[in-house]
Amino acid sequence: MPRAGKDARVPDKIGGFVRKLAVDVVVVGGGSTGAGVVRDVAMRGYSTVLLDRADLGQGTTARFHGLLHSGGRYVVSDPLSATECADENAILTRIQASAIERTGGYFVTAPGDDPAFADKFLAGAAATRVPAREISVGEALKAEPRLNPGILRAIEVQDGSVDGWQLVWGAARSAINHGAQILTYHKVTKIERDANRVTGVRCVDLKTGEEVQIDCGFVLNCAGPWAGQIAAMADCEPVDVIPGRGIMIAMNHRLVNRVINRCIYPADGDILVPVHTVSIIGTTDVKVEDPDNLAIPHEEVQEMLDAGEILIPGFRQARAVHAWAGARPLIKDSRVAAADTRHMSRGMAVIDHTTRDGLDGLLTIGGGKLTTYRLMAEHIVDAMCTKLGEKRACHTADEVIPGSESGKTYVVTHRLEAREHDRTEDQIICECELMSRKMFTDALAEQPRGSFDDLRRQLRLGMGPCQGGFCSLRATALALEADHIDVERASGLMKLFLKNRWIGLWPILYGDQVRQTALDNWIFQGTLDVEHLPQPEQEVEL
Amino acid sequence: MTSDGLEFAGHQFARASLDHCVKCTICETACPVAAVTPLFTGPKFVGPQAERFRNGESVDHSLDYCSSCGTCTLVCPQGVQIAELNSQARAVMKSDHMPVRDQLISRTTLMGMAMTPVAPLANAALHVKPIRTVVEKVFGIHRDAPMPTARTQTLHGWLKKRPAPKKAPTRGTVVFFHGCAGGYFEVETSKKSIEVLEHLGYRVIVPKQGCCGLAQQSNGLFDAATASVLQLCDDLRSAGKGLTIVSSSGSCTGMLKHEAHEIMGVTDDRLKDVAVRIRDMMEFLRDLHEAGELPTDFRPIEMTVPYHAPCQLKSQGMGQPAVEVLRLIPGLTVVESGATCCGIAGTYGLKKEKYEIAQAVGKPLFDMVKATNPDLALCDTETCRWQIAQSSGVPTEHPIWMIHRAYGLS
Repeated sequence: MPRAGKDARVPDKIGGFVRKLAVDVVVVGGGSTGAGVVRDVAMRGYSTVLLDRADLGQGTTARFHGLLHSGGRYVVSDPLSATECADENAILTRIQASAIERTGGYFVTAPGDDPAFADKFLAGAAATRVPAREISVGEALKAEPRLNPGILRAIEVQDGSVDGWQLVWGAARSAINHGAQILTYHKVTKIERDANRVTGVRCVDLKTGEEVQIDCGFVLNCAGPWAGQIAAMADCEPVDVIPGRGIMIAMNHRLVNRVINRCIYPADGDILVPVHTVSIIGTTDVKVEDPDNLAIPHEEVQEMLDAGEILIPGFRQARAVHAWAGARPLIKDSRVAAADTRHMSRGMAVIDHTTRDGLDGLLTIGGGKLTTYRLMAEHIVDAMCTKLGEKRACHTADEVIPGSESGKTYVVTHRLEAREHDRTEDQIICECELMSRKMFTDALAEQPRGSFDDLRRQLRLGMGPCQGGFCSLRATALALEADHIDVERASGLMKLFLKNRWIGLWPILYGDQVRQTALDNWIFQGTLDVEHLPQPEQEVEL
Repeated sequence: MTSDGLEFAGHQFARASLDHCVKCTICETACPVAAVTPLFTGPKFVGPQAERFRNGESVDHSLDYCSSCGTCTLVCPQGVQIAELNSQARAVMKSDHMPVRDQLISRTTLMGMAMTPVAPLANAALHVKPIRTVVEKVFGIHRDAPMPTARTQTLHGWLKKRPAPKKAPTRGTVVFFHGCAGGYFEVETSKKSIEVLEHLGYRVIVPKQGCCGLAQQSNGLFDAATASVLQLCDDLRSAGKGLTIVSSSGSCTGMLKHEAHEIMGVTDDRLKDVAVRIRDMMEFLRDLHEAGELPTDFRPIEMTVPYHAPCQLKSQGMGQPAVEVLRLIPGLTVVESGATCCGIAGTYGLKKEKYEIAQAVGKPLFDMVKATNPDLALCDTETCRWQIAQSSGVPTEHPIWMIHRAYGLS
């Protein structure tokens, strides 16, 4: 990984070592916003480093539907966002094709929904330049045979689906090519200031325990729901971030091949998105205090299944494989009631800490959505350039991101086709997601200290119906065989991986997934006695 | 091909069943093809796993190594329609490049019609190596693959010429469904079945009848197969309302009972009507016996004979009626083959690129048959009998031949 700026080790006050770096700009937060920002900053010629306390895209970014908005969702409620989404959808499909599937989408009027909303929708789409076309119900049902035959109207839009991790890693790799440094598992502990000016960031490498001191002239706070906590580390007045929790449920296969939206004012459970091999129903919206503690309440699961039933009759008989919760990074806006986070500014808000706190060299960004992550980055970096009194143009929309050079968008058959070609040469480690042995060992070589969840986010390891029941054993054996870890850490990593899978299994234990978890449990508890494997001295947490 | 292209009514149902898969791998361990070739990725892979990655477009052409024997669906303890999913995916795959060979070999009636008038010539030709080599080169049918023996007289030819049955019917009327092979090649099996039914006191109606479309279905020609099976339903229904239909053509019976519905999604009421009325010949006799209505005045036959239950009979979920009935014959020892599949799977083992695989699949069965009785084996379905006879060298008959003999009819 190329390094930006100086990197040296100097003794710290208590006898250990502090790794020292110096860059122009530190970006805090490795979600889509931070990755977009670090790429933009690097492309404009600044030396920069991105810090995240965990893996890229582990916080909010990938805890979403996987929807690449056409803009349709906002044509009535938020026209500015609608146009931005439509424009960014086209840009991302061009520059990050490999992370995006052009599924197309429908907005459908379900039985009981107001059919007149579709007229408002079409008018709004025309006004916001969001491509939309009403099609016959018959045409919609022919293309999506599982769709509720009772739908009253259908409008076709250019929704897509996007792999959040690939999106973020793509931006990060592009940034690295432009000289940026990406430090995952580096937790910020302090933003250092000299009176009214930011001078650096102190963080700790969680994998090694090493302290890192980074001198810089500017900090861009892209920590999403954690932006308030980061701003507080610079001793600023509290930034009110209201995390809006939403739950999502992945169903075992693609019940639909297009994004299906309810043609109503944005509400809970109004979208079903086909992403990779699964389809994801979501979402809810509940104001919460702590973005690190997101529940997946039983009643919200039931609410989502009911919502699915409206779009796809028989939805409850289909198999759910995993549930998760994410937190929307919304910055408080006095225009709407605090309890209603969905309708708060989804557009982006840049907080200028000079005017707000009398502190130069710090900008906080909030709001926005994954589809417009590139545009958000452009805005915050523009704002930074203005503050620095420099004119450096943004080129992020023009340059194709590494891995997308062919311009070919993702299709769900990709892995099946790849395995068709290497089926007699390579083994399959994760059967559900058709991940080969080589895919795993290559990724492991790139991230020898990575946890299986780090590898999962890149490879979809354990994300299919068996939820790690079979593949986690094989992954553990391969990691051990690759000599990166000892047997204690190997079993620790496996237990950690299974523990994390379980978080998303408990809330949806019904139907077919119960049989799977029972079988998995017999394998791990009954046959392998996983609780009595060689224990690492300390529980493996990363 | 996009998702808007080929849609089968049955596909939504089969696809939904993939949700039941717990990756237990039982299907993989039972699959006779995966056991002998690494080219086939196995039923779990091509079925519930690969299906999650399909959206109309076909990218996994190796799925054609599946022989459609249906063993995977049969052994799945969770109820996944593995074989059905695979047959549907194959139909999508072949929809834009159906080989001439596969269209030809699935036209079973046509083959019979063409060969019967020139039977001696056709039979001789099928044993001439240079001719078979040319056929292999041009059509892709393996030179050593088993071929039916053409008969000089069709079943209907025999029915027209034979004297009226001696015994007056005492039990009512049944309809006999002979299938293409039973009409043109396996004429003897059809005759013996009819004679046994008449011996039991039934009046047997044999309506003019076409092909069930099974070979077309297993070759992915769903439209043609659907047309065939519905035409056949009309033919069989023309014989009379509510009559039991009996057949000694085991795989064709399976097509009518469940495959046309489960694989191709045919929901036509005519098919439903026939599906509930049709019985396999040995199933019919077994049911009579269970009802206490089967005369068991069998002549003793002192013999040990191997019996192989064909895949397509097993998948009908009726147990092994042939074994139950044959064991009523004094002196006869029936040894079940215990083999999964003979390899032929309809037309699979004829194809030059599948021939070796089919032979490897059937090898344990051929060995068992030879070791058990080098002079006679029993099996319910036509192409399986041809395969066993050709590859083991042991003459292979339908079990009804043994019943016919035991009743003193031959």
